[in-house]
This record gives sequence, structure tokens and C-alpha cells, in this order.
Amino acid sequence: MVAVDQLEDIAKQVRRDTLVMLNRAGSGHTGGSLSSVEILTALFFSKMRHKPLDPLWDQRDRFVLSKGHAAPAFYAVLARCGYFPLEDLVSLRKLGSHLQGHPDCKFTPGVEVSTGSLGQGLSMANGISLALKLDGKPSRVYVLLGDGEVQEGQIWEAAMSAAHYKLDNLCAILDHNHLQIDGTVEEVMNIEPLSDKWRAFGWKVFNINGHDYAQILTAFDKAERTKGQPSIIIAETIKGKGVSFFENKVEYHGVAPTDEELERALRELEFDSQRG
Amino acid sequence: MGVREAYGETLARLGEVYKDIVVLDADLSGSTKTCIFAKRFPERFFNMGISEQDLMGTAAGLAAAGKIPFVSTFAIFATGRAWEQIRQSIAYSSLNVKIVASHGGITVGDDGGSHQAIEDIALMRHLPNMVVIVPTDAIEMKSIIETIVEYNGPVYVRGSRIKFPIIFDDSYKFEIGKGHVLLKGSDVTIVATGYMVHSSLEAAQRLAQEGIYVEVISMPTIKPLDEVLLLKSAAKTNAVVTVEEHLVTGGLGSAVSEVLSENYPTTLKRIGIRDKFGISGKPKQLLSHFGLTPHNIVEAAKEVLGKKKKRVSLKVVATG
Repeated sequence: MVAVDQLEDIAKQVRRDTLVMLNRAGSGHTGGSLSSVEILTALFFSKMRHKPLDPLWDQRDRFVLSKGHAAPAFYAVLARCGYFPLEDLVSLRKLGSHLQGHPDCKFTPGVEVSTGSLGQGLSMANGISLALKLDGKPSRVYVLLGDGEVQEGQIWEAAMSAAHYKLDNLCAILDHNHLQIDGTVEEVMNIEPLSDKWRAFGWKVFNINGHDYAQILTAFDKAERTKGQPSIIIAETIKGKGVSFFENKVEYHGVAPTDEELERALRELEFDSQRG
Repeated sequence: MGVREAYGETLARLGEVYKDIVVLDADLSGSTKTCIFAKRFPERFFNMGISEQDLMGTAAGLAAAGKIPFVSTFAIFATGRAWEQIRQSIAYSSLNVKIVASHGGITVGDDGGSHQAIEDIALMRHLPNMVVIVPTDAIEMKSIIETIVEYNGPVYVRGSRIKFPIIFDDSYKFEIGKGHVLLKGSDVTIVATGYMVHSSLEAAQRLAQEGIYVEVISMPTIKPLDEVLLLKSAAKTNAVVTVEEHLVTGGLGSAVSEVLSENYPTTLKRIGIRDKFGISGKPKQLLSHFGLTPHNIVEAAKEVLGKKKKRVSLKVVATG
């Protein structure tokens, strides 16, 4: 078990990695990567049972990044865990790189299934959960959804299925950062009341602050103790979290930091870590 | 026995041997015949309800975790409703999912155009990594299922609602990517798939009575296509007719045209549906309405034969 202050240090490194990767790539999704950092680090550095040097270890817990555009933060976490060298990170989105624009299980160790087209990851996570149950394996399945993503109809088909098949080995996390490409989620296509919807579909719902490790880890433990139904952790997050001028800015959904922005962002993160 | 029944029974039998087989359906297990497997192995059968996108995604997840999912519903819903799920969640990662659809083509009949898949072969053929198969009879369907369970990768099998005559015997062994010369001839090559193989054999008989000898090739695998067999026959006859219960665009006719154009340009006629949706009617009536009868095949064979002779005589004039 990694202590919370260590997790916070890792999160800062992951944020720095993510910003550098995006800057080097010259494109990619900054806001939704930064909002997911605490959730991803809590999973890979604390909650999940996995072996980075043995990515296909039979007893591993599984993770599906349904909001595939958060790939930069995901890759940074995988590299920091040791799935592949940190040097690889700057090859993001480049020809010949194993780090594709969106997660691709053909190329990247630690990526269970390919994602990127929104709305498809939950069904795949359900399939993995069903297979693990059939095999009597204790492994758990985690799937990270975006809030704009739940506008996809397939999410609600999958929400029905997970409850129907009582997938209590499944835990979804919804990165509720309230913004999507064209504006606020509320303006573009309102998804509220979100908790009520998931409850009505038969899920156990936990509401937390998605940047607070104590809350994240407690929710994961509670989800694991929930029997007979799937769990979803609705994590309130800030899009662009950690860099003041990216936070809550809709225009940074799919834009990479410029050289100047990167320098300012890294300075901010540095200042924070000295202060912290 | 129909191809659907052959599928259902073979799947249930293989379920005894292959413990990793899981079967998913979308509320049509009675029609697709996955109900036979469901009855024998309820713990390995998942009815996903009327939700084809989730059906394909769940199958992808099961495959990613080492299972061998067989997924069934009507061809139009499998390939149309869930096309992007098949692309992104299955084919993109080359996951080991077997999509075995029923109700392909217009012989679905009374239900009408909404339920008649006339573009499914095209939709699946254009996906990298996807193998596309159309059975000719129940015996071939049985062998197809026994073969694809051992093949690692995504496969689409297009079954039909109607029963097909049996032409193969029990010793028949299907191979992915292999076509069969069912009848030898040197005047015209007829390449057909699915129910149209039977209509082509009937057309061949009629043509023989008129002294025209056609070579009938059954092409159960549309992708990868048996190019060697096709080119060998085309080099012999120099006139080709393709026949399929599908649009003439994107399916067998397109696949054959592409191979011939690039390698051995040949006088060709494609029989299929031309830029139209299906309609309600009895299967026989619809085949006639859309020009997919033995009579139409006879006419097409004569047409390409005529063109070939004209070409040859033009060549003689030119060189003479």
C-alpha cells in the first residue's frame, strides 16, 4: 500500500509527464487527462493487483479506459509503474510509436482492450467481468468513463447488462469534470440526475471528490465489499486539474499545451510540490 | 436441415469439447438456433436483450479475457446496428469473436426490406482482420463452425432463414479461403455463394442442354477470396458471372471484379441486387423480382459468352 503523500507526489509526476507528452505530440486531450490523474494513480499504485513486468499475469485486476482520450495520463501511469520505459512517453502519437493517440492493446503492455470510440468500454469491461466470474477468478475489473461519454446509448445498454448479470466484480468510475468539446455537459446534453439514473439501472453509487485520495480509496474498498450488483463511483473532478490556466476551460479539451504554456504549467506544478 | 439448425446443433456439440465457448444472442435465440446451446449450457449463454451494440462489446470483452464468443442475431442488426462496435471493439484488435448471423439476404421474405440484409457482406468485407464466410448448405455450415472455432480472429458467417438443398456429403471439409469447382466447364465461369450456388447449378444444367458448358464455382469464403481458383478458371473460360443474394456492390461480385481487373481482365456480369432495398414477399417471388433465378443466370451466361465471342472475332479482324 502506497501512502497518500506518496500518491500525491506520483500524481504530480504524472501531470508533468502528461503535459510534456502532449506538448511534444502537438495534439491530444489535456483537460480530460488531467482530471483523471488521481483516479488512475490510486488504481495503479494502490488499489489494483497487477504486475507491470508480467502484464498478462493471470490473477491481475483489469482496467479499461473507456474514455480513451485520456490516454496520455494513462500511459504516464503505466510507464511510472514500469510497464515500459519512461523515455517512450514522448513518442506519443508519433509514427512507429507503441503509444497510439488512443489506447491500443495490440501495441501497449498494460492496455487490456482498445478504446477511443466513446461508449464502448463499459460493454467490454462487462465481458471481461463475465469471463472472470465464469472462471471463478477473484480479479476485479475497473473501467473509467467520461461524463460526456454517458450520452452514448451503448453505455445504458451496458449499464442494464452489468446489473442484470450482477457483476459485483465490476467497478466503474465516472470522471465527472462537467465539460465536453462543445461546452458544458449540461448545455450540450444534460445527463443529470446522474446518480439517480445509475441507481435506477441497478447500480450501487458512490459520490466522491475525484481528486481526494482518501475518498477515492475508501470508495474502491466499499465497491469491493458491495455484493450482487455493480458499483459506480461518480467522481467530481476539475477538467485541466493542477494547472490553473487549464482548469475548467472548455477550450483545453482537445488542445495540447504550447511551449510557453508548458513552461508555465511545469513551473506551477514545481511550485506546488515545493510548497507541498 | 437448414444452415441455422446446422449451426445451432454444431455449436451445442462443440460446447462439450470447447469449454471456453460462450454464446451471446440478442433476443433471437429461437431464430438463430443458439437456443440449443443455451439449453445445454445455460451458464455459458448470455442473452443480452435487444441491444446489439452491447452484444458485440460484451463479446469483445469475453474474447479479451480468453473466451471464444459466438455471437448471433439477424444479419442486418449484427452488421448494421453494431457495425462500429464490430470495427472498434472487435476487428481493430483482431479479437477472437465469431459473429454467426442468420437471416441474410432477401429470402428473409415476408418481414420486408427492414429485416433483409443486402449489404452485410460489404460491411464486413471492408473491415481489416475480418474473415467473411457464406455457407452453401447445412453440411458446409457444420464444417465452417468446426473450422472457425479453431481459428483465432474475428469471423463473420452469414446464414439464411430458408432451408438450402444439400449438395455436399458428410466427408466434406471446409477450409477458410478455399473455393470449390462443383462443375467443370470451359465456356463460362459462374462464381456463386450461399443459396445462389444451387440456382447456379440449376442454370448450368439448362445451359448444358443448349450445348453451353459452364464451370460452377462455389465461393463460401468471400474474404480472403480464393484468387488462385478464380484466376485459373477465368483463364480457361474468359467469361465470368458472379451470383449473390446481396447488392452487386461490395460483396462477391465486387471481390471477383477487383481480382480479375487487377490480374486478368475478363468479360464479367454481376448478378445481385442493384441499388435497391428489399420488399415483402415470399422468398421465391423475391428472387424472381430481383432477378436472382436460374433463368437470370442462364441469360447472364449467354450474355458474357456473346461478348467474349465478339471480342475474339474483333481481335481476329484487328490482327487479320
